[in-house]
Amino acid sequence: MAMAALRREGRRLLLSPVSYNSPVAARSAILSDELGPMGARSVSTQAVRNRMKSVKNIQKITKAMKMVAASKLRAVQVRTENSRGIWQPFTALLGDNPSVDVKKNVIVAITSDKGLCGGINSTSVKVSKALYKLTSGPEKETKYVVLGEKGKVQLVRDSKNSIEMNITELQKNPLNYTQVSVLADDILKNMEYDALRIIYNKFQSVVSFLPTVSTILSPETVEKESEAGGKLGSLDFYEIEGGDTKAEVLQNLAEFQFSCVLFNAVLENACSELGARMSAMDSSSRNAGEMLDRLTLTYNRTRQASITTELIEIISGASALTG
Amino acid sequence: MYRHAPRLLTRVIGGGVRRSATARAFSTDLPAAPSEDAAFVEAWRKVAPNIDPPKTPLAFMKPRPPTPSSIPSKLTINFVLPYQSEISNKEVDMVIVPATTGQMGVLPGHVATIAELKPGLLSVHEGSEVTKYFVSSGFAFVHGNSVTDIVAVEAVPVDRIDLSLVQKGLADFTQKLNSATTDLEKAEAQIGVDVHSALNAALSG
Repeated sequence: MAMAALRREGRRLLLSPVSYNSPVAARSAILSDELGPMGARSVSTQAVRNRMKSVKNIQKITKAMKMVAASKLRAVQVRTENSRGIWQPFTALLGDNPSVDVKKNVIVAITSDKGLCGGINSTSVKVSKALYKLTSGPEKETKYVVLGEKGKVQLVRDSKNSIEMNITELQKNPLNYTQVSVLADDILKNMEYDALRIIYNKFQSVVSFLPTVSTILSPETVEKESEAGGKLGSLDFYEIEGGDTKAEVLQNLAEFQFSCVLFNAVLENACSELGARMSAMDSSSRNAGEMLDRLTLTYNRTRQASITTELIEIISGASALTG
Repeated sequence: MYRHAPRLLTRVIGGGVRRSATARAFSTDLPAAPSEDAAFVEAWRKVAPNIDPPKTPLAFMKPRPPTPSSIPSKLTINFVLPYQSEISNKEVDMVIVPATTGQMGVLPGHVATIAELKPGLLSVHEGSEVTKYFVSSGFAFVHGNSVTDIVAVEAVPVDRIDLSLVQKGLADFTQKLNSATTDLEKAEAQIGVDVHSALNAALSG
């Protein structure tokens, strides 16, 4: 073992004059350092190098996820912007009544199935819980219908009994109106409601998503509110064409409104989810890059320190022999 | 003295950024009139003071023109589908919608109406040109200010419909109706027959 160490020392003495001029010699100097005695310095550079490798892999993955989200976002954004016209006629006719006071409220919270999309699901759940508090009171009941896995996981923790329905895997097939209208039909069949409140994140831009609540009233509530006055008061001026009774037409109107507004809400939320994922993955890659820089500096410092220590040992050994 | 300079600068810049943020609107939505339901915001602040109140559709909608005192000369129509806004804010002379009670013509100054639509022909008359669409069902709202909103699930310009396929479809569904056993099958076949005969009528009429 001593002979091998001396042989290695001899090789280093030969190499040292040229080590800083040629990269080949420098590389072999590094290699000989690693293959050298299993001292503390090899272990620390090994650990740092493993960490650097894993951080680099994470950076690659998050960059790829950002690209995927960006390409999906382009397609969904076009469809979302085209669907923005569909809820406006209903609001123009019936107005917007988020502060309506009714006995049975149903909160439809739209969240995503997949994670790694920033804070949009948490904001939706926070807003849903606050709305639950707002609409609860004596003789009133509020129930949840949760679309998406992430919302269910968060709401089940404290409001398990209030969740009536949970629908997941909404985006297995590309979103289309038929699917959403079937879903709306399902919800309306299973839930008793006076007012439906849909909570979603409206897509304002790639970096900004606004939590929004759209309110849809049941036909009975519409009748009651139109007697009370306000925007709905002018509903009486409208002639009803079609159907046998006004109640039937209002029923169809409410159902159609729900499916249209739900369609727009689901698309907007999907857009927001992709945008949030893009920015989350972008900041993640940036953080990984910074971490990699810091680790590289540490690695180089450790490596250079070990080389310097070896040189000092050799030189002091040599001077002890000669001097 | 100069210690306070960065703080004053950030205050100025921060204020400017905040102002521009509130003034910024959607790129594709109609310019927003900053209106929100005051009662809702108040109730919200009592329950959850730390969370910003969510926006409501009122904030994203362009306010509609008020009812004019005299009958306007043109009708403004919006024709929207789930995946597209086919016509938005176009001024036309007349539009004929296929209501469940029959073809209904809407002229400027028409009384405010909510009409349920059945599958049929929708024609938009502008001057001398007529654009015809075949719509599946939907709703049409005529407001007092001569703005008409037509919301349909599906609409196709009639020149894109193939007559032979329509006839074949009609024959298929009539046969299915005759051989239907359960109520569901009968209802589905009946719908098919209705739509195809309406298509037929639209193409020939």
